[in-house]
Amino acid sequence: MSEITHQPPDQQLLSLSVNGERHELLAESRRTLVDALRHDLGLTGTHVGCEHGICGACTVLVDGAPARACLMFAAQAEGREIRTVEALGEGPGGRELGDLQRAFTEHHALQCGFCTPGFLMLAEGFLAERPDATKEEIREVVAANLCRCTGYQTIVEAIDDCAARRRASVCEEGSCG
Amino acid sequence: MKPAPFTYHRARDLDGTAKLLAELAGSGGEPKIIAGGQSLVAMMNFRLARPDHLVDISGVEGLRGLRTDGEGALHIGALTTHHEVETAPGPLLGPGFAVLRDAMRWVGHLPIRTRGTVGGSLAHADATAEWCLLAVLLDAEMVAHGPAGQRRVAARDFFLGYYSTALEEDEVLTEAVFPRPAPHAALTEFAQRHGDFATVAAAVALDLTPDGGGVRGGRVALGGVDALPVRVPEAEAVLAEGGRAGPALYEAVATAAARAVDPPGDANGSPEYRRGLTRNLVARACEEAVSR
Repeated sequence: MSEITHQPPDQQLLSLSVNGERHELLAESRRTLVDALRHDLGLTGTHVGCEHGICGACTVLVDGAPARACLMFAAQAEGREIRTVEALGEGPGGRELGDLQRAFTEHHALQCGFCTPGFLMLAEGFLAERPDATKEEIREVVAANLCRCTGYQTIVEAIDDCAARRRASVCEEGSCG
Repeated sequence: MKPAPFTYHRARDLDGTAKLLAELAGSGGEPKIIAGGQSLVAMMNFRLARPDHLVDISGVEGLRGLRTDGEGALHIGALTTHHEVETAPGPLLGPGFAVLRDAMRWVGHLPIRTRGTVGGSLAHADATAEWCLLAVLLDAEMVAHGPAGQRRVAARDFFLGYYSTALEEDEVLTEAVFPRPAPHAALTEFAQRHGDFATVAAAVALDLTPDGGGVRGGRVALGGVDALPVRVPEAEAVLAEGGRAGPALYEAVATAAARAVDPPGDANGSPEYRRGLTRNLVARACEEAVSR
């Protein structure tokens, strides 16, 4: 005769580095990174959409590179540097919008805003690697994420504009050319 | 959705991984290796996959990076990401293997390529995956590490069918070896939306005359027309006859390939549609391969 057994869920004591801060948490092994960010750490800026890597709403930076936080278990993020949309703010306490966020506002690159954190982190990671990206390259990269209300034109323009301003400010500081 | 519960293991080295896999499988478990997780976690979230143990090999040393050996073969570590291949500098990935770098733009999107690994893609064995197609096209060998040591499996023996490979349940794929440079090779594909799984993918590697104006042989491989990536001998026979590089030859190769395949039909396209894609994509791949 078989017995019904109730196994306790497999858990991990994790130490995650998120936006420069270290967090300790006890989480089920099956906890995805995005759920750990939102439910365990209270960082609800990162959104959850499709949970299978298609929509990109949960995009965060893992060691600087954009990645889907729904396709990663929190346990896999140990030893990595995670950055979320909460890290893009500037000024005291990060309460003011950062330059990329301001560019999105100026270019009307969001309407409902659900996909916006994902687009911001995608663009932040991409521009860090390719500060001289052409508009065509930006267009190709933002195809990774889904926006269902704004359309992509204004998103591309916002990212392109932000990249141009960052390049110009590097030049003003005299470290280009 | 959320994945079903599982027990998480962090592997430290290859021997330990093989031993753990053997133990888990031997006691009736269904362990899975996780590396980048870009296919596996999606399938687990859908509950299409419900492994009861995950063995995370991402911390195992020595499985990352590209190197060329003394005989000119390119070794790609299983944990190398698609994005690392896409951005590999010339000294690591020369013109002889540029087809690998250029093919990476077809693999999902940037945030998938930063996490997804070469080894994971090969072991997952999706019939339309770019790495599987490239391995078949270029006669790559897969190196597997198990309790009894290492063995090499040629691509033609490695892929067995839909999501099925010759890897044993206690083996870890450690690297893929691409034996010879293929300077005149190209991969192209079609999907309804860029970044989706290909409906049909075509790859060719051509042997050109020294002046570059003639073709004297080559290989043709297709994904999305069968349960596994396949070579197309009928199309390769046309290449072997040779001729001047140009649209007439590409069309002849493409027509032979389209005649030879017997593709499946599904929501992404009927058999006839896939045959049409095959014709167009093979011709396009030939043209791209010659212009390298």
